[in-house]
Amino acid sequence: MSTATVEDLTEVAAPEPFWTRQRRLGLALILIGAIATVLFGALAPSESARFTLSEDAEGAALTINGQFGAILFGVLTAAAGGVLFAGLAKRWQNAILGLGILSFVLSFLCWQVAGKFLPLVDTTSGTFQLALPLILGALAGVLGERSGVVNVAIEGQFLMGAFAGALIGTMAGSVWAGLISAAVGGVIIAAILAVLSIRYLVDQTVVGMVLNLFALGITGFLYERLMQPDAQSYNTPPQMPTWRIPGLADIPVIGPVLFEANLLLWIALILVVVIHFGLNRTRWGLRTRAVGEHPTAADTVGIRVRGLRYLNVLLGGVVAGIGGAYFTLVATGSFTKNMTAGAGFIALAALIFGRYSPFGALGAALFFGFAQKLATYLSAVGSPVPSQFLNMLPYLATIIAVAGLVGRVRAPAADGLPYVKS
Amino acid sequence: MTAEAPPKSSFARNLWAANSVTVTFLSTFLAVLIGAVLIVVSDSEVLAKFGYFTARPTDALSASWDLIATAYSDLVKGALGDPEAYSAWFAGTGTWQDALAPISETLTYAAPLVFTGLSVALAFRGGLFNIGAQGQAVLGCITAGVVGFSFGLPLVVNMLIALIAGAIGGAFWGFIPGFLKARTGAHEVITTIMLNYTASLFLSWLVLQKGIQDPDRTDAISKAVAESAQLPSFGGVLRVHLGILFALAATAGVAWLLNRSAFGFEVRAVGANPHAAKTAGISPARTYALLMAVAGALAGLGGATQVLGTAHALTPAVAGNIGFDGLLVALLGRNKPWSTFFAALLFGALRAGGNRMQSYSGISLELVTVLQALIVIFIAAPALVKAIFRLRASRNLRAGVTLAKG
Repeated sequence: MSTATVEDLTEVAAPEPFWTRQRRLGLALILIGAIATVLFGALAPSESARFTLSEDAEGAALTINGQFGAILFGVLTAAAGGVLFAGLAKRWQNAILGLGILSFVLSFLCWQVAGKFLPLVDTTSGTFQLALPLILGALAGVLGERSGVVNVAIEGQFLMGAFAGALIGTMAGSVWAGLISAAVGGVIIAAILAVLSIRYLVDQTVVGMVLNLFALGITGFLYERLMQPDAQSYNTPPQMPTWRIPGLADIPVIGPVLFEANLLLWIALILVVVIHFGLNRTRWGLRTRAVGEHPTAADTVGIRVRGLRYLNVLLGGVVAGIGGAYFTLVATGSFTKNMTAGAGFIALAALIFGRYSPFGALGAALFFGFAQKLATYLSAVGSPVPSQFLNMLPYLATIIAVAGLVGRVRAPAADGLPYVKS
Repeated sequence: MTAEAPPKSSFARNLWAANSVTVTFLSTFLAVLIGAVLIVVSDSEVLAKFGYFTARPTDALSASWDLIATAYSDLVKGALGDPEAYSAWFAGTGTWQDALAPISETLTYAAPLVFTGLSVALAFRGGLFNIGAQGQAVLGCITAGVVGFSFGLPLVVNMLIALIAGAIGGAFWGFIPGFLKARTGAHEVITTIMLNYTASLFLSWLVLQKGIQDPDRTDAISKAVAESAQLPSFGGVLRVHLGILFALAATAGVAWLLNRSAFGFEVRAVGANPHAAKTAGISPARTYALLMAVAGALAGLGGATQVLGTAHALTPAVAGNIGFDGLLVALLGRNKPWSTFFAALLFGALRAGGNRMQSYSGISLELVTVLQALIVIFIAAPALVKAIFRLRASRNLRAGVTLAKG
């Protein structure tokens, strides 16, 4: 959606030479670093924090004194901020920013884990599993939005995918039939979105929101009419098998997470690469970006604007529908009403936070997945930090990102604008 | 639908044109039709009769008809009242409370929807798509609820203070995206979506805190709102409360604000063309921030109505879906205050009827959500309805609903 509407209306003060983006980021890092050092350092008990590498609590582990770690990483955060603020190492700006944020997270972890242990394998695999639907949902968004169609119906596509996967998967007794019908479920919502917004020029955001409610209603209705009375024949889908790649699966931490996993995770990761390559290196990608940025110009050189938008929105439906399959065919063994519970909107957040690019979406999805995993871990060990606040993180991070407090996110120029051939 | 002979009189000609009344009616008709199909295909007994359709088609058709007829007649009875209850009342064998209970339910469900619907509609007129009505309603629930059980103020005063608190809570939550839009250009759709979930997470944390949670309960529920802060109702089966009258007043207020006040003029000017409005000396940025605060206050009042009128205590799901339903209500009401009011009444009726349909005919209440979404989809795409029914083009048909620029 175009963020440019007000931009040119509000009095944008001429960029002051001193407060560059780097300086503002640096100051923010210094501040949170100071908070981490003082607050986390003071609160952390001086006991060892163990990050275990193997599955059991007693195995090999990285150990650090919690209080020392909290202060050390807090200082590191502030130091990274200092480097940015002083205007040094301009070329490595993003790397230093990443380092600063990582240190802050580590400082927080040292405080929380002090006197306890954090299983790294479980945390990492949980992060990937929670991020999995977010990656697929965000990729669906990338496909649509880069060609100029806003997709806020990711939630609805998830729900339809999850529902269709469970229903057909159970009836056919095959997880692959479930996966394919999940894709079809996503496509159904995508097709309505495409026809109404491209052919009938209805506002894309409006259609998307209404479709979310439609999907919520229709899956809830059929759930109560079919699945609840007879779960055995309608709502016991077979589960996606876990496959192990011998050799690679023995690598510590990474191995069990990435190479002893279900097919969906691999599909998601491969799709990130494929869509990235497709967008930047193929004819389809160039045309998609042209249509998303300047449809009139694209049309003049003979690109079929509406056709390409239809194609991309439907492809997005396939991807989001597969993402929905995760909920019923991988995460849980059955469909329940409104089971996605806002995951589609976190995927939307990942899309925006990841700056509408596949790899950005992947990074954002992993970050949000980690926050969710951490929330469950903290509530399990009885941390004073409420899990609800960690779960707010994706939403707050996205607000900060779109408000341009830390680097403005720019949407494709023609995002959300219907194209009418003149 | 086959093409019919063109009607002669100009009244009939206009009736079959794509004007907003006809489109609304036909959209509802289409939605009900699709709903009927859903009812039939989700019933295994009736579906089994379709198995031998070619041998005895009447079996399947009459079974389908019976199913649909009972479901929809229960829907109407639950919304407007059961004719038997009315005749019992007139004959003196039943009470008037029982006869009017369905209408009371309709009004009870409609009251918060009027507020959230007005919130979305008002923002729309200024060119903003306020998806955040849900979050603003949640904030309104929180502030109204907390004020409602915290201070033991006397009757009426306590209620008014709680309502005002709800409005302020919602206004604050609405002001944030408005301010961000004005200052940084952050798109309100994205920020409000994110604020919705932030608000509900905050609520689910808050109800478990000491001083908020009901000390006698272990589950997530707050202390009950003081009786002096509750919106007065008839009691018994008649749950309808003062909120619907406030909703009526709010509709009149928004209609006045939009059509008669200087602020309303600015809102409409900015909504029509922000560049032109700026040239004319209106500050779009200021209008956006103020407009979102006012819209938020309305949604907050919706939340307050919900807590003070029906729920009487905070739970994580106290706001239900009133914000998102308000979105549909505003779209159905084409963003005009009085149309929005009646759209909210229709949605309240569907909801009240849906409850009866669920308990009497065993048809899931979710069917109502499907009907509501379908009605709005068809309303939002008048060209689609026009194509399906081959309506004549109407002179006063606009391209679609007046919508915010996405």
